Amino acid sequence: MNQRSYFTHLDALESEAIHIMREVAAECTNPVLLFSGGKDSVVLLRLAEKAFRPSRFPFPLMHIDTGHNFPEVIEFRDYRAKELGERLIVRSMEDSIQRGRVVLRSGNQSRNPFQSITLLDAIEEFGFDACIGGARRDEEKARAKERIFSFRDEFGQWDPKNQRPELWSLYNTRTHPGENIRVFPISNWTELDIWEYIGREQLEIPSIYFAHEREVIVRDNGLLPISYLVQPKAGEHVQNMMVRFRTVGDMSCTCPVASHAKNVEEIIAETALTRITERGATRMDDQTSEASMELRKREGYF
Amino acid sequence: MSVVENVGLEHAELLRFITAGSVDDGKSTLIGRLLHDSKSIFEDQLNAIAKTSNKRGMEKVDLSLLTDGLQAEREQGITIDVAYRYFTTPKRKFIIADTPGHEQYTRNMVTGASTANLAIILIDARKGVLTQSRRHAYLASLVGIPHLVVAINKMDLVGYSEDVFNQIRTEFSAFLQGLGSRSVEYIPMSALVGDMVVERGDNLGWYSGQPLLDYLETIDIKQDVNTHDFRFPVQWVSRPQTEAMHDFRGYMGRIESGSVHVGDTVTVLPSGLTSRVKEILFYNGTLETAFAPQSVTLTIEDHLDISRGDMLVNGGEPPRVTREFDAMLCWLSEQSFDPGRKYIVKHTTHMIKGLIARIDYRVDINTMNHEVVDALTMNDIARIGIKVQQPLVIDAYTQNRGTGCFILIDEVSNNTVAAGMIC
Ligand SMILES: Nc1nc2c(ncn2[C@@H]2O[C@H](COP(=O)(O)OP(=O)(O)O)[C@@H](O)[C@H]2O)c(=O)[nH]1
Repeated sequence: MNQRSYFTHLDALESEAIHIMREVAAECTNPVLLFSGGKDSVVLLRLAEKAFRPSRFPFPLMHIDTGHNFPEVIEFRDYRAKELGERLIVRSMEDSIQRGRVVLRSGNQSRNPFQSITLLDAIEEFGFDACIGGARRDEEKARAKERIFSFRDEFGQWDPKNQRPELWSLYNTRTHPGENIRVFPISNWTELDIWEYIGREQLEIPSIYFAHEREVIVRDNGLLPISYLVQPKAGEHVQNMMVRFRTVGDMSCTCPVASHAKNVEEIIAETALTRITERGATRMDDQTSEASMELRKREGYF
Repeated sequence: MSVVENVGLEHAELLRFITAGSVDDGKSTLIGRLLHDSKSIFEDQLNAIAKTSNKRGMEKVDLSLLTDGLQAEREQGITIDVAYRYFTTPKRKFIIADTPGHEQYTRNMVTGASTANLAIILIDARKGVLTQSRRHAYLASLVGIPHLVVAINKMDLVGYSEDVFNQIRTEFSAFLQGLGSRSVEYIPMSALVGDMVVERGDNLGWYSGQPLLDYLETIDIKQDVNTHDFRFPVQWVSRPQTEAMHDFRGYMGRIESGSVHVGDTVTVLPSGLTSRVKEILFYNGTLETAFAPQSVTLTIEDHLDISRGDMLVNGGEPPRVTREFDAMLCWLSEQSFDPGRKYIVKHTTHMIKGLIARIDYRVDINTMNHEVVDALTMNDIARIGIKVQQPLVIDAYTQNRGTGCFILIDEVSNNTVAAGMIC
């Protein structure tokens, strides 16, 4: 009896996620786990270890590389996959661009909106019927309604009005050939849950999540990191600031926040007090329109 | 560093709840109020809804906009489905299944309710107990939600009258008694003003109970799962295929109810063979004992043929092993039930073909009367008899939610068309 009282919300979320991953492994023919090196997918990997060790993962890992990733994150991605001894597939947007599948207006434009093309091509190439991803319902309004097992048609599209009802923990994993399912084992986790779990499990994450000094400019009310993709325009001046990233996406539009948090505990303290949502703070492309995420999801973006 | 300790929520429990009310009873305002007063709303979210409120010509920020979801809905001005919201206090993490009230209501409420520990049923103090209030309470009891809060809202519009509150409570508790609801709390409140939601407020001094949030934070939910009957549906068999672990066979799954200890005798169903638990593995360690709803890996002393869909059980009442059973069914699909069609039954980790052999009656959820029907359409609740291709290991839903529930999947469209609760 006593033990029950130590079953915390993190234990409950963890057990739910393990159960979901095992359902995928048992019922889907050819699943894949999307691993970007970001904190949410780092958590996914630990959950997969808890779900399947001592066996190997019953699926490979895959990263859709925009070519605009922070070098620290790519380095971490490769290191972590190797450490786990699991197979990592990388498919890059650079290839999609060269093959004419993706046409950009300019070289340093945000590549987030086009990830879906490379992703859908990779799904077709390998014949994946289920993609496990690290999206969470608290990230954005459109996601709040998405199922844990989220069905996509042959075009990779999500139809918010035509979702399968999802009851208890009886997940419907059935697909017709060509269709696939996106599976979100950490749907019910919040940003704070993720940080607490990283702290509790002592998970390694890419260094850019911690406060560091970086050259930034202020643009459209946010901070933008200086890189070969982002250069100051006339009138903008470059400052050296202590910052950390809350998400690690496309370098051209992922904004850091001012912070002195040097370790997970300090990040948790900041997160618990933070007054701005993760996406609101760090993704310029989500602010364009209140409904922009939903539009991208319909097109097959995660 | 001391700050960190204060905000650390590592020992918080998880509580899932659902809110049910008719249109305009104040459900969105209540959720908005809970999120706002518990400081779970972010500045950018508040700015976005402030902008929208302004556009619509409203003076104050409309908190109900917070729970407004998708573009399609925004265009039509209605919400269409189940959305999940999260907020956290130092004591608990909460998941709200937000189900809007309109014509697809039954289906949405049953979906949201299926995982809930608690339902908040909203009643407009001016209107009193309505047909809808009874319908919501009936659905909550059908889906086996252990705890009910009856939130008597808009008290500001009835002069915060204790008499009005007492009248509604007397009337509704008579009805709930008939349903067999055990844990029920009545709370007067004004979601708009904020009285008795997070703060007590100044207007309901005569009420001696807790405000809603205090109640949600402290109600005992440990007994919500069945603690005496051990049920372990096997999800996946682990066979690492390495030299060192050549003979290793681990049975992976989530404990649906009860608990298990190393050395326990377990029966494998449907075969009926028994063995003893050798180890309980979790990640890179072992446990002496494990309990619902933990996901673990079990090894047993004997070499038995066990695969996904089998169930390890122990203690208390044995489950039934059968190819025929009765159930209460909620039809979820726009496509009506077709007696000529085979459906797939998903029950625990089993997926097999089944058919509805009999429809005993449909429940009129407004009057609770039984009606004889030969068709089932969306939102219908009916008692049925079902036959399946292979034996299933089942419990009555009222005894065990996890092993008493199932869904029906249309074999052709692959859609989830119905939800069942075994009698
Ligand atoms: N006076 C008063 N009005 C309320 C209260 N709660 C909600 N309302 C109002 O009732 C209307 C419907 O509320 P809403 O939350 O949208 O209802 P829903 O349809 O149940 O989500 C809105 O105009 C609210 O401002 C309350 O406690 N007192």
